[in-house]
Amino acid sequence: MKKEFRQSIVDALANPNLSGALGRFSEAYRVGRAKAYEGIDFEAVRTDIAAIKSSAASHLDELAEKFEQAATARGTKVFRTNSPQAVKDYILRLAQERGVKSIVKSKSMATEEIHLNKHLEKAGIEVRETDLGEWIIQLAHQTPSHMVMPAIHMTKEEVAEVFSENVEQGQQPDIAKLVKFARAKLRPKFLHADMGISGANIAVAETGSIVIITNEGNARLVTTLPRIHVAVVGLEKLVEHFGDITPILTALPKSATAQLLTSYVSIISGPVPNTDGSPKELHIILMDNRRNEMAQDPRFKQALQCIRCASCLNVCPVFRLVGGHVFGKVYTGGIGTILTAWFGALKESSDIQGLCIQCGNCKEVCPGKIDIPDLILELRRRLAVEQGQPLIQKGIFSVVNNRRLFHTMMRAASLGQKPFAKEGYIRHLPLFLSGLTENRSLPAIADVPFRDRIKAIKQPKCAEKVAFFGGCLVDFAYPGMGESIVKVLNKAGMEVIFPEGQTCCGAPARYSGAYEVAAQNGADNIQALLAEDVKYVVSACPTCTVALKQDFIANLEAVGRTEELPAARRLAEKVVDFSTLASQLVEQGRLKFKAGIEPTKFTYHDSCHFKRTLHADQTPRKLMKQAGYELVEMEESDMCCGMGGSYTIKLPEISAPILERKLVNIEKAGAPLVLIDCPGCVMQIGGGLDKRGSKIKVEHTAQRLAECLE
Amino acid sequence: MSLIVDSSPIIDLFKARAEAVSAQVQRVATKALAMELIVRLLHQESVADKPGSYAVWAACPMIGAGERRALESAVPGLRFDVTRELAAEARVGISQMDWALANTGTVVQTADEVDKRLVSTLPLLHIAIVSADDLLPDLSALFKQCDPRKAAYISFITGPSRTADIERVLTIGVHGPERLIIVLVDELEVAA
Repeated sequence: MKKEFRQSIVDALANPNLSGALGRFSEAYRVGRAKAYEGIDFEAVRTDIAAIKSSAASHLDELAEKFEQAATARGTKVFRTNSPQAVKDYILRLAQERGVKSIVKSKSMATEEIHLNKHLEKAGIEVRETDLGEWIIQLAHQTPSHMVMPAIHMTKEEVAEVFSENVEQGQQPDIAKLVKFARAKLRPKFLHADMGISGANIAVAETGSIVIITNEGNARLVTTLPRIHVAVVGLEKLVEHFGDITPILTALPKSATAQLLTSYVSIISGPVPNTDGSPKELHIILMDNRRNEMAQDPRFKQALQCIRCASCLNVCPVFRLVGGHVFGKVYTGGIGTILTAWFGALKESSDIQGLCIQCGNCKEVCPGKIDIPDLILELRRRLAVEQGQPLIQKGIFSVVNNRRLFHTMMRAASLGQKPFAKEGYIRHLPLFLSGLTENRSLPAIADVPFRDRIKAIKQPKCAEKVAFFGGCLVDFAYPGMGESIVKVLNKAGMEVIFPEGQTCCGAPARYSGAYEVAAQNGADNIQALLAEDVKYVVSACPTCTVALKQDFIANLEAVGRTEELPAARRLAEKVVDFSTLASQLVEQGRLKFKAGIEPTKFTYHDSCHFKRTLHADQTPRKLMKQAGYELVEMEESDMCCGMGGSYTIKLPEISAPILERKLVNIEKAGAPLVLIDCPGCVMQIGGGLDKRGSKIKVEHTAQRLAECLE
Repeated sequence: MSLIVDSSPIIDLFKARAEAVSAQVQRVATKALAMELIVRLLHQESVADKPGSYAVWAACPMIGAGERRALESAVPGLRFDVTRELAAEARVGISQMDWALANTGTVVQTADEVDKRLVSTLPLLHIAIVSADDLLPDLSALFKQCDPRKAAYISFITGPSRTADIERVLTIGVHGPERLIIVLVDELEVAA
């Protein structure tokens, strides 16, 4: 990780205006977005959008051709190019030939992408951004920190200062007055500009139309008052049919700003008369800049389904802490990480891809149905192939990958930690490890791992056998969770076996882009877990469950080990998470709740993979309510706790404040117990609460359920 | 002609959605009443025959030569010969819209003629007249009627101009009108 990058994170975190504004916005956005989509079948709308955009991405050149024909027939001049430089040259030449002295612009990410303003200004042409946020950052010589709200990182005091220094002295930090000031100062610019430059939100091939969406009304002025209008449009904005506008226009304002519709939508399909009666000169530039190349890539083609709503930024637990500037100068947040890698260079994304904690929030809200976390993993994988893995990481994987060595080290660690462990927690670690216990205590490594403990448990002999996949945390840190699971399944008449050959699930390697390592982990586990004939393979860790169910297959596929896929699929069919299995057993009457359980209040934390990949979030809630417990929901129960596997070690600066927010929400819920279905989250949240001296108990659902059964 | 108009779900929805985005909706039964209402509004806004106080009305089907003369004499400063200079110095802009969309509280017009856009972008108050017959449920219904091959510029207007670019605080009235009054007319016949 580059030193400047780490510094940019530290600076962002130290800026209370930034995290305050973004934090408040992300909370309001969540509520507003849900309200905007009331009565609308979001899944249906986004399925439409994904189909429309995916089909367009498969025919980009064809659609561009069609667009050009339709638009040209109406009198529009269409220029198509792959090169950002050619776009800049075209506009500058046009401006010079037509004697253009001043230009007004409405918001366009495509022109940000190619740094158009600088090019025109160098030639002595005045270029004025007119979107309020864009104007502010233009005056302040900054770059946008958010695709939809470019100046969200600035306070009204800073804006007043920027206006005072650059436009007119004496501006007060009063938002209504600042907005009026902008109106008054930009109005003459609109009236006197010779050229208007806009972007477009949608381009319709069959009619040669562009659709422009704004709230301020600046795009209507930019496309009405100057005698020349130039629209710069990225190829990914193309759709085939006019009717394709409907789902996009339905989703875009709701996802972007939680509005049913923006104040203004303009659909321009050809030149219209100017105010002096002359016909407007309309130029539409269709810019490729690697979009076609992206469309050819089987994995990244999906990214062209983006409609630039920025909802992936708004729901991101990391973005709301650090804001956009940490991500770079143009596109920010989840989708921005991907676009930067393509429109810039893969290596430009090498640091920012690490910001993704893989919580999956963005995937859930994306109106283009883009699997952003998966594409970021793919970037990680390609970077690892291109640049190799960092040395320390390589060292870690070589240990994790060597089962015996790993297990020996964990045992040694259990002895080595003795001086630091207290009541099952490590609260301080010496020297270079101290960062790990700064914000939360770590669980002590168990004296006897679960793999040995299970041998001592007297289980009834049952015909039905279940294999337990421990995963590193249950095996070495929380063997008690494993014991609870054995207890529950024994009650249902199932015997639990622990296949000794099981090893790391491969998630750490996969999430670091080391797919060869991950695939080998998977292969070892497949062999171990299929060795004996069991009905289910159960795990108490959602990351492990997802690995066994989905990732083993994906990892083997990624490295071309296709002959092992049938076995991987056989295993996947047997895999189930603990709560889902327990709930099935309750339904079948094989598990019964004790009578007279004291009604205890609990709150529930949704683990990322458990909710968004396994979709099992309601199951444990229901189980515990059936047991007689009373659920008190916390705020943002499904927001990541900041654990993210090794994220907490790689980016502790970001992980810590994410955890902090989670702990505050837990405390506000006021229940004495938090239940969770993930040992990683138990470690993060349990450790965080311990460090704060909180009395709130943190348990895996399995532990509490075991106490509630007959 | 009745002064009391019946309520209907689509009109209620349109009104609720438009008002939710800070537009005002005034429903009237006839064109004559609409014109009366607008004259009253223009007087209230102190429209006068001087720069900064004009009202500009874009040519539209409901206004013929007769209506135009009557309105001009009722409101000094009301101009139908819309130019860029006049619109820039106008306090109020008036135009007739072609459709309204109930589920978003939107008014829509084909606006190839530049005066239609000048009167709805430059003044601080925009009065948009629309016939109840042209009230449609949503976008899908609109796109069955509105053809981009016949109109080079289609404008959708949903509430007044707004921004939240400074500290996410919603502020009404940036580059476009800061007020939008929609006059919804039950029986809006074209000019004789």
